[in-house]
Amino acid sequence: MDATHKKYLRMNKLPHIWCPGCGDGTIMGSFIRAIDRLGYDKDDVAAVSGIGCSGRITGYLDFNTLHTTHGRALAFATGVKMAKPRLKVFVFMGDGDATAIGGNHLIHSCRRNIDITAIIFNNNIYGMTGGQYSPTTPRDKYATTAPYGTTDPHFDIAKLCIGAGASYVARGTSYHAKMLTDLIVAGAEHKGFSVIEIITHCPVNFGRRNELETPVDMLLWQKDHAVRMAKAEKMTADELADRFIIGELHKADIPEYVEEYDRLIERVQRGDTGRG
Amino acid sequence: MANAKLLQGNEACVFGALAAGVRFFAGYPITPSTEIANIFARELPKLGGKFMQMEDEIASMGAVIGASCTGVKAITATSGPGFSLKQENIGFAAEAEIPCVIIDVMRYGPSTGLPTKSSQGDFMQARWGTHGDHAIIVIAPYTAREAYRETGRAVNMSERYRIPVIILMDEILGHLRERVEFKEEDVVTVVDRKGPAPGVPYLPFEDTDDLIPPFAGFGDGYRYHITGLIHDKTGFPTNDPETINQVMRRMNGKLDRYRDEIVKVKYVDVDDADILIIAFGSVARAAEEVVRSMKKAGKRVGLLRPVTLWPFPDKEIRKAASGKKAVIVPEMNLGQMVREVERAVAGEAPIYPLNKIDGELITPHEISDLIKEIL
Repeated sequence: MDATHKKYLRMNKLPHIWCPGCGDGTIMGSFIRAIDRLGYDKDDVAAVSGIGCSGRITGYLDFNTLHTTHGRALAFATGVKMAKPRLKVFVFMGDGDATAIGGNHLIHSCRRNIDITAIIFNNNIYGMTGGQYSPTTPRDKYATTAPYGTTDPHFDIAKLCIGAGASYVARGTSYHAKMLTDLIVAGAEHKGFSVIEIITHCPVNFGRRNELETPVDMLLWQKDHAVRMAKAEKMTADELADRFIIGELHKADIPEYVEEYDRLIERVQRGDTGRG
Repeated sequence: MANAKLLQGNEACVFGALAAGVRFFAGYPITPSTEIANIFARELPKLGGKFMQMEDEIASMGAVIGASCTGVKAITATSGPGFSLKQENIGFAAEAEIPCVIIDVMRYGPSTGLPTKSSQGDFMQARWGTHGDHAIIVIAPYTAREAYRETGRAVNMSERYRIPVIILMDEILGHLRERVEFKEEDVVTVVDRKGPAPGVPYLPFEDTDDLIPPFAGFGDGYRYHITGLIHDKTGFPTNDPETINQVMRRMNGKLDRYRDEIVKVKYVDVDDADILIIAFGSVARAAEEVVRSMKKAGKRVGLLRPVTLWPFPDKEIRKAASGKKAVIVPEMNLGQMVREVERAVAGEAPIYPLNKIDGELITPHEISDLIKEIL
């Protein structure tokens, strides 16, 4: 391991608990390189996570780290950011964490446009509990709670977040690791609520049950099904049917929540209630 | 704060919290605690503090804990259904020893229950609402004046012991407006959580002699890990039986170590009494009236009023109750505190529950009728 990675890891907490072939380690690597490029002081970074495999990332990262309750990472992170705005706040969630139990916090964080970067590990499954289907598991896939195939339609996380008002939404994969670093950097530099959805892979609890026998098969699936924005714009709906777009999907310049509240404080302290 | 004021119970909680240094509130609208959020929304920005109306009760508890992780004093307020929803994150605050205060203005339940009516049905939930063994402190004021002072004390205790503190109000007290004359003893002093000692490596969950690990705020230059998993003194998860035992006994042991500082009990004419009433919150106001009227009628009735409900004032109650002709426990539920009283008194006096669950306050008459029956 090189010095850059070592600098941001709690080396005495390694090896990590993730299974061989898991995408989570790749994402952690991309994140570390993003922080290094951003040049943030480690003391000024708060990393907040939920429950599940992705939630364990905060244990390995050498920042101010908060491993919260299932689905609630964004709620805790909102308190952190509001109370100490100078902290750079990153939130790590899984697909079940972010869109099932924590779905309400996700859409409202988007709406508020609070300056937090949310990184969602979307591996289409509840991995830690043994492979139950999640709100992002596609139809007709197999899971321990879908032994005959899933019948539920699934969420498109990026679309959901754009619809809910997030001001920066991007999608990457654990295959396109360099691009992922770029997206995390751009998300962090964006003022407002940024969502980076990462299509990643759970070989043990998703791939094995769904004809993607090895981690390599799963990575190749990502490579073959991901389409960059510029290319997608030239493709027909039919051609895009079973593919997904990667890159920056949405960016808007709208007022950020903490700054707006600070302006309110300043105004109230001047005696201006805003009622003219 | 001026010496005399017309104050509502809910309002008094807010000013007590602000006096103790609370600068962050996150909540969700719910009857009958609404005024608390409304007033925080109005007052906090004036002080440079922050108010957040979150998307739900769970999020507001999470945001309060997040804010407290940075060292800012934080509070929330709710009622029955919201209190139920907050319980998982209250458990997180207990396990991670994050100071915070939760005000529960009780309505009758279960479920949506009676949103605009009073009850004392959350007596047990306040102590055991979240799963697992945990340290928690529960305080029940009975006047607006005491709501001010005790909310201030709750904030201070939470900061000092790193234990979540519940203020158990009820709808009657929350909405009651009364003249409050503040005296010297009502001044809320400000207690800050203990920080890390300089020059020594920081262990966020250190097994210190006082059982209270020093707290470093996020961003203060100590990078460490906070988790709801059972963790060792470094803050990282552990499955080691010996460590689990040690850490959980230390955390829960804080309640025993500081019990006498935490427990507050008020007595009215208890020593000479033949009959002892034990009551808290609004019901204690009716009980006080009974003590007064019975005295006029030449009957010796006393009141023991626990201000601290949890840890339960066992030894004070046992001492006061021993040898009494009767101990009466009026409460606005089907009998929650009376079980604790029975345990504390351990057969040293006969105990009479008096329960009312129609949303109305127990009246002095209802208590005195029972006393007459017994006598």
